[in-house]
Amino acid sequence: MRKLHTFNGGIHPPEHKAESNAAPIASLPLLPRYVVPLSQHMGHPAAACVQPGDRVLRGQVIGLPEGRISTAVHAPTSGIVSAVEMRTLAHPSGLPGLCVVIESDGDDQACPTPPLDWHGLPQADVLEAVRHLGIAGLGGAVFPSAVKLDKGKAGHIPTLILNGSECEPWITCDDRLMRERADEVIQGAAIMRHLLGAETVLVGIEDNKPEALAAMTAAARGAGFPVEILAVPTLYPSGGAKQLTQLLTGLQTPTGLLSTDIGIQVFNVGTAASLYRALVLGQPLISRVVTITGHVARPGNFEVRLGTPIQALIEAAGGALPGASGQIVGGPLMGFELEDEQSPVAKSVNCIIVKHPALFPPAPPTLPCIRCGQCALACPAELQPFELYWYAKAKAFDKTERYNLFDCIECGCCSYVCPSHIPLVDFYRFAKSEIRARDKDSQAAQIARERHEFRQFRLEREKREKAEKLAQKAAGKPASGAAAADDPEAARKKAILQAAMERAAKAKEGVQPQNTDNLAPAVEQEIQAIEARRQGTDASTPPPEGDKSPVSTP
Amino acid sequence: MNGSPYVIASRNSVRLTMLKVLAALVPGIIAHAWFFGPGIWVSLIVCTLLAILFESLALVMRGYPLRPFLTDGSVIVTAWLFALSVPTLAPIWLYATGLLFAVIVAKHLYGGLGQNPFNPAMIGYAVLIVSFPMYMTQWPAPIHLAVHAPGLADAFDLVFAGGGLISVDAYTMASPLDTVKTLLRAGVPKEEILANPVFGRLSGSGLEWIAGMYLLGGLLLLANRVMTWHVPIVFLLAVAATAAGLHALDPSRHMGAVFHLFTASVMLGAFFIATDPVSGCGTPLGKVIFAAVAGFLTVIIRTYGGYPDGVAFAILLMNVAAPFIDLYTQPRVFGHRRHEKPKI
Ligand code: SF4
Ligand code: SF4
Repeated sequence: MRKLHTFNGGIHPPEHKAESNAAPIASLPLLPRYVVPLSQHMGHPAAACVQPGDRVLRGQVIGLPEGRISTAVHAPTSGIVSAVEMRTLAHPSGLPGLCVVIESDGDDQACPTPPLDWHGLPQADVLEAVRHLGIAGLGGAVFPSAVKLDKGKAGHIPTLILNGSECEPWITCDDRLMRERADEVIQGAAIMRHLLGAETVLVGIEDNKPEALAAMTAAARGAGFPVEILAVPTLYPSGGAKQLTQLLTGLQTPTGLLSTDIGIQVFNVGTAASLYRALVLGQPLISRVVTITGHVARPGNFEVRLGTPIQALIEAAGGALPGASGQIVGGPLMGFELEDEQSPVAKSVNCIIVKHPALFPPAPPTLPCIRCGQCALACPAELQPFELYWYAKAKAFDKTERYNLFDCIECGCCSYVCPSHIPLVDFYRFAKSEIRARDKDSQAAQIARERHEFRQFRLEREKREKAEKLAQKAAGKPASGAAAADDPEAARKKAILQAAMERAAKAKEGVQPQNTDNLAPAVEQEIQAIEARRQGTDASTPPPEGDKSPVSTP
Repeated sequence: MNGSPYVIASRNSVRLTMLKVLAALVPGIIAHAWFFGPGIWVSLIVCTLLAILFESLALVMRGYPLRPFLTDGSVIVTAWLFALSVPTLAPIWLYATGLLFAVIVAKHLYGGLGQNPFNPAMIGYAVLIVSFPMYMTQWPAPIHLAVHAPGLADAFDLVFAGGGLISVDAYTMASPLDTVKTLLRAGVPKEEILANPVFGRLSGSGLEWIAGMYLLGGLLLLANRVMTWHVPIVFLLAVAATAAGLHALDPSRHMGAVFHLFTASVMLGAFFIATDPVSGCGTPLGKVIFAAVAGFLTVIIRTYGGYPDGVAFAILLMNVAAPFIDLYTQPRVFGHRRHEKPKI
């Protein structure tokens, strides 16, 4: 048996799993309308490839992946596209996003997708298929799986970890999935293992899920390759990718690097099952298991088509009970408050908790920090949260960065234990967004400055070129005339001067190879590069959405 | 700003933390009353009321709401630590002066709860010992040694009316620490000094029991994870090591480790004062350094300094250094290499 390791801190809040993990995964009736967001994954939104009026079939691509970090989006059922428009999304930002609205025709007619010979086809073809089948991490971070399954130049990634920890309270979708579809998870792991060239496959499951552990262990026996099913102690955030990696391997992903840099790739168990369904059964990712729990009549898990309004899911669970006070998307520690119940279920939505003041009492008043250090004891990133808080509150953002604010995974352990009830994570989110905005500003300023400097340079160069031409003229005339013979010293000096001027001009042009004509594209390129970098930093610290897959910009 | 997490640990608050600290002091207080008479109750109550009064005044002047801050319990902890650090049965004006500095100056002028760079109770103690050294050496004698052990009525009289009824000499005596220091300096042989009934088996008679009870309360706090082991254990080790070192150098002129450990002030300091998170260090290594130096300084000040005790000054000195120690002892962050300390 593999020896398990530990991570620093962690908390053990009331689990609240029993409410929703008893009943099997149920399905929802076909709805008359689905609203499918084109941005359901980390990275670039898919580009709509259907127009209002188009007829689509279930599983037909309606959004094509755009850019490297992107993945396709499919129609959840057959019907007519009625609109491609902005709708509110279930996203912490609360901002609307482009959605394809489909009026279902009730036939639920499938678009034939042939199974794929993932074993025989070249790697690149399989990855392209994964990308076009819409697979993204279902643990909450929704990073496009094709990118993570690309072993790249590394040649192979020795260790594959499947994350079945499900450490957030209330959520049970992975628990049910592992109980009911353990074989699919293992089959998905086989594909992942093949693509990554992994030798070791580890599955981490919190020990509060004995049934899932048993089912997975049974399935692993028939896998045909070695899989270790490991019970990890129930301690939040054991399902954080970095924490699970440390638990199972004892290795810490170096900051700023990816787990693949230490030969490890982590996927959620649900992602593995959806990969199997996509490649082997020819079912693109058009639905996922979602937990609906909290203050509803019949908490449970549902196989929900992506694009289903959250309201419909709540109704499927018997509706919210009287006194409900809003919903949380994701878990109570890293989730976010839902703004609009009509927002559709997307690939990132693993759980909806209907709130009630008795279940989620309002936070007591905040007192000053007494530096008791409880937060540091609980912090799995081994930070000093009270120092981060102090500097974030004082808006000393440089200091927060130097105290490694960006290593904070926003797990909420510090806020959970703080005796002064300080909403610490709010301060970290605030500081992070301020720093990102500031960096963006300073990059913009940098571009402006460069542009200005270039203009100055150009003007100077033009002036100098004029002067050179004049000098040439002046030097050329006397050279053929008598003056040069009269004064060889003056001519020599002039020649030296001219040579020096040419050298200087050449040197300057070497430094600044651009010329006036391509100024605008050059700047534009730079802006694009900066945009990419900025999005990179955004992606490396994913928004708080349930437990995380190991995402960062590769 | 109203994001996750949406749950917080139940039954976890500043008030509860402070209540635990107060509860952990109770065994020591009971021992105090047992060996030194009921006077301690009077001074505890008087100090608590004075501290609450000053706290309320400060809060009102600063425009803060009274309820959350008065009920957080922090000022009561300050009051009790102060009352347990200064001589019992001192006149009320002495308590008032000390607490005025503790609560108004050391706490609120520096920004109130969580902002004070110095331990308020120790500031109160330091002000008194510098300004009124005479009163600060008049410790009540253990009941069985006192000419006249003051009862409750005497206690009220002493605190509120300056004690017209009994003479100071009838119930006070120099503390064991003081006795040791003065007599050793006067060249009296150690055996002779220790024959004085003011000494018990380990340390001061009666006081060693109080120290033991503080130790018990402190260990309970440790078990309850109100604090980490770093400060109390390292502080005690440092006191023991320094005392043992001096004793080894010249046994005839220095008391041993056990004597120093079981003075009540060292135990109180180790578990209740040096552990004050606000004025101490925040990093694990910082706590170790803080406590080690404070323990060392405690014995050094006791041995070579002019004041009767060294705990308060050692801790106050380290309070000054704490922010700097923190700066240079930031722990390694997850995923950073060992030598990669934050560049602060
Ligand atoms: S837990 Fe809260 S009060 Fe304690 S040090 Fe951290 S932020 Fe301060
Ligand atoms: S939210 Fe950040 S600072 Fe707080 S415990 Fe988690 S990682 Fe540490």
